Amino acid sequence: MERIRVRLHYGADVWQLSVAVAAVVAALPVITILGLSFSPAENIWPHLIETALPRYVGNTLILVVGVGAAVFLTGVTTAYLVTTFEFPLRRQLEFLLLLPFAFPSYVIAYLYTDLLEFSGPVQGLLRHLFGWELARDYWFPEIRSMGGAILLMGLVLYPYVYLMARASFLEQSPHYRDACRLMGRSHFRTFLFVSLPVARPAVAIGVALALMETVNDIGTVEFFSIQTLSVGLFDVWLNMNNLGGAAQISMVTLTFILILIGVEYSGRRKARFYQSSGRFIPTERVALAGGFKWGASLLCLLPVLFGFLVPMVVLVGNSVAYFDQSWTPAFRSYAANSLFVSLTVAICCTVLAVVISYTKRLHRGNVPLALSRLVSMGYAVPGSVLAVGIVVSLGWIDNSLDGFFRDRFGFSTGLLLSGSAFSIILAYVIRFMAISIGNVDSSFSKVSTSIDMASRTLGYAPFKTLRLYHLPLIKGGALTAVLIVFVDCMKELPATLLLRPFNFETLATHIYQAASDEQIERAALGALFIVLAGLIPVILISRTISSSRQLFQRSG
Amino acid sequence: MKLKSLLAGSIVSLTLVSGAHAAGEVNVYSYRQQELIQPMIDAFSARHDIDVNVIFAKKGMLEKLMSEGANSPADVLFTVDIGRLSDLKNAGLTQPVGSAALDQNIPSQMRDADSHWFGLTSRARIIVASRDRVEKGAITSYEELADSRFEGLICTRSGKHPYMVALTASMISVHGEAEAEKWLAGVRDNLARKPQSNDRGQVKAIKEGECDIAIINHYYLALMLANPEQKPAADSIYVVFPNQKDRGTHMNISGMAMARHAPNRDNALKLMEFLASDAAQQMYAELNGEYPVKSGIPLSKDVRQWGDFKRDSLDLGDVARHRAEASKMADRVNYDG
Repeated sequence: MERIRVRLHYGADVWQLSVAVAAVVAALPVITILGLSFSPAENIWPHLIETALPRYVGNTLILVVGVGAAVFLTGVTTAYLVTTFEFPLRRQLEFLLLLPFAFPSYVIAYLYTDLLEFSGPVQGLLRHLFGWELARDYWFPEIRSMGGAILLMGLVLYPYVYLMARASFLEQSPHYRDACRLMGRSHFRTFLFVSLPVARPAVAIGVALALMETVNDIGTVEFFSIQTLSVGLFDVWLNMNNLGGAAQISMVTLTFILILIGVEYSGRRKARFYQSSGRFIPTERVALAGGFKWGASLLCLLPVLFGFLVPMVVLVGNSVAYFDQSWTPAFRSYAANSLFVSLTVAICCTVLAVVISYTKRLHRGNVPLALSRLVSMGYAVPGSVLAVGIVVSLGWIDNSLDGFFRDRFGFSTGLLLSGSAFSIILAYVIRFMAISIGNVDSSFSKVSTSIDMASRTLGYAPFKTLRLYHLPLIKGGALTAVLIVFVDCMKELPATLLLRPFNFETLATHIYQAASDEQIERAALGALFIVLAGLIPVILISRTISSSRQLFQRSG
Repeated sequence: MKLKSLLAGSIVSLTLVSGAHAAGEVNVYSYRQQELIQPMIDAFSARHDIDVNVIFAKKGMLEKLMSEGANSPADVLFTVDIGRLSDLKNAGLTQPVGSAALDQNIPSQMRDADSHWFGLTSRARIIVASRDRVEKGAITSYEELADSRFEGLICTRSGKHPYMVALTASMISVHGEAEAEKWLAGVRDNLARKPQSNDRGQVKAIKEGECDIAIINHYYLALMLANPEQKPAADSIYVVFPNQKDRGTHMNISGMAMARHAPNRDNALKLMEFLASDAAQQMYAELNGEYPVKSGIPLSKDVRQWGDFKRDSLDLGDVARHRAEASKMADRVNYDG
């Protein structure tokens, strides 16, 4: 007995220690930004409040509400349809619905602008049909507008919600649903009062991730000339040469995001739902009849059509047309760089997330919870700002180390961390930890604590409990984390631009380069590669997630 | 097992990426797009057998240099506008370069008085107008852009873009703040659409009939003329060099500076001198359609056709100083709104 307790205690300390270390490292850049915000070049607020701030805040709010509604409705509806009902093409759609996620939002913005602007094929056809000549002869919706931005960002961001909601609907014990149906409630009411509340933590995280990306997006809003807070931030930083002022804006946004998350969290903290540890009963999908079944197919097809198929056709067309110019040895090395960095980061993030989530489970106090919040903050500031935070903190570490070795031993260590691939990996891990923690947390939250208790009663140490019982149960969520982080890394741009070593290009920087030369067609192959590379884990992992329930059933 | 070999692999590639310091190399931090400088860099490498390592980034380059401090690997810095050059100098990130070749090839108004930065090319901010819809001579100056005759006919990119900010800053230098603000508000009232897209996009908008008049940097037009897909749009407009009767057309520069702690000082100097030499200056003129800073270099065919013009001789340092004010002015008149 005594031995067991000692071992448990010792194990727990290692868990807490690793979380504390991760938190300190992850928080360093954000704390650096906070530090920068105390020394602005001048006080920007009087000017901003008098002029652009109301516009910035107003546009940001409209964008957030619009994209939030779009990703929530699209993600939850499609996830519920494919997990609960049987309809034509369901199996294919279940998989296809993930695909828009592989498109970087800046790429889809370029593609749709090319399609829908005056000189694009759509308006060209209309002019040809109706004999119009100039733009002032007719009216056509402007793609470079708030509406356009909401639609396009919604199209590429809804998969966050879809993935999380689908994993959650799949992991939900069908008992609840069956009980509700037995009491004679309609499918819709069952969804509204049972399935959705149980899935709420997962859906909330999906929406939160999509919105953080929205708030911090600069590529799309700049391209569509929508003045959001992040446009204001870059204006203050680069045009007014006031990094401190920009840091203040990003701290305001960060606080806003934290408040939002806090409100959501406190709203549901009393409601906890556990997956029953007993046997799973296979869910029968309900076959839809007549019009409903085609309606369901159509509903799921729309986001796939506009978020994947249409842009894919354009992309493939351009890739073929410019293949000889694009398929070069240099291109292959960009692809290798992207794959290597993304894979490394996806694995690091997920392993760390499992450790952090599990520690929160072992120690239900406030400290691990607060630390895990700290680790997740990197996603709540714009990529370029986070990159500056990392540049400054790594530079400080490198130069302090260098100074120490010069003083003590008379030789220079130079820059060890700055300007190496390590700094990119670190940046990605810090940026995307929120995603992996969100996914893993929501899976852990559904595993009943009685499993932990039983395992301890058997005398198993925390690690053995994790390996034997938790890991198989949270596999779906963990793999989802690997997938999302991998794809996000493939698309990451601002931190890569600033932190990469000399001559180091990824597919994303390659696309950016071509786009800033206004030769986006030449980058089509790069974009296609990002999408295809994203597809491989999507295929693998979506299979595993679907089959994970059957696995539980067999092993349960 | 798999994880272990993956980790081992990543350690190997990390050292590969961050290691390797050959003898003959020079490191460049560039704000400027890759495509516009790569040919000159390749020519330099071939001629001097020196490897040129480049990082291109627009956001955070200054902060990166600053935090790397004395250990920074950067030798030469490239920028696209006067504002960045003076920012770098003011932040103490550059060093003076004494070179007879640079002083001889680059006219004195195109370089820093303390030899911290050097212009490489200059570009004119020109007015372009529709051949079909705007009579020749109807518009001849920046000031006229605010004239109510042109209501609903003008297109520009964002008033916050460095090129527009520099133009507004030059208006502040010439007319003072109050007049410049009136002018900017006047241009805003004349806009045909919300400011958007880039300089080439403005030319396309004229071709498409969204507007009749736009402001762009001259070399974009040269690049469009050289591109079969974009040529029709470029052919639909004519060029106006503004303010020929008074101060001349607003110019900006792309330039370079030597980093304060350049580890490869000799090679850096070689690169800088090469870029100001006849061979590289000719490439800038021919490939990019820019105006070389060195005199006597032939211009590209298209640019030559537009003829000689009077350039605004306003001190570029003055433009840089008014930049923050110009940016705020765009907020006050809600230029982009």
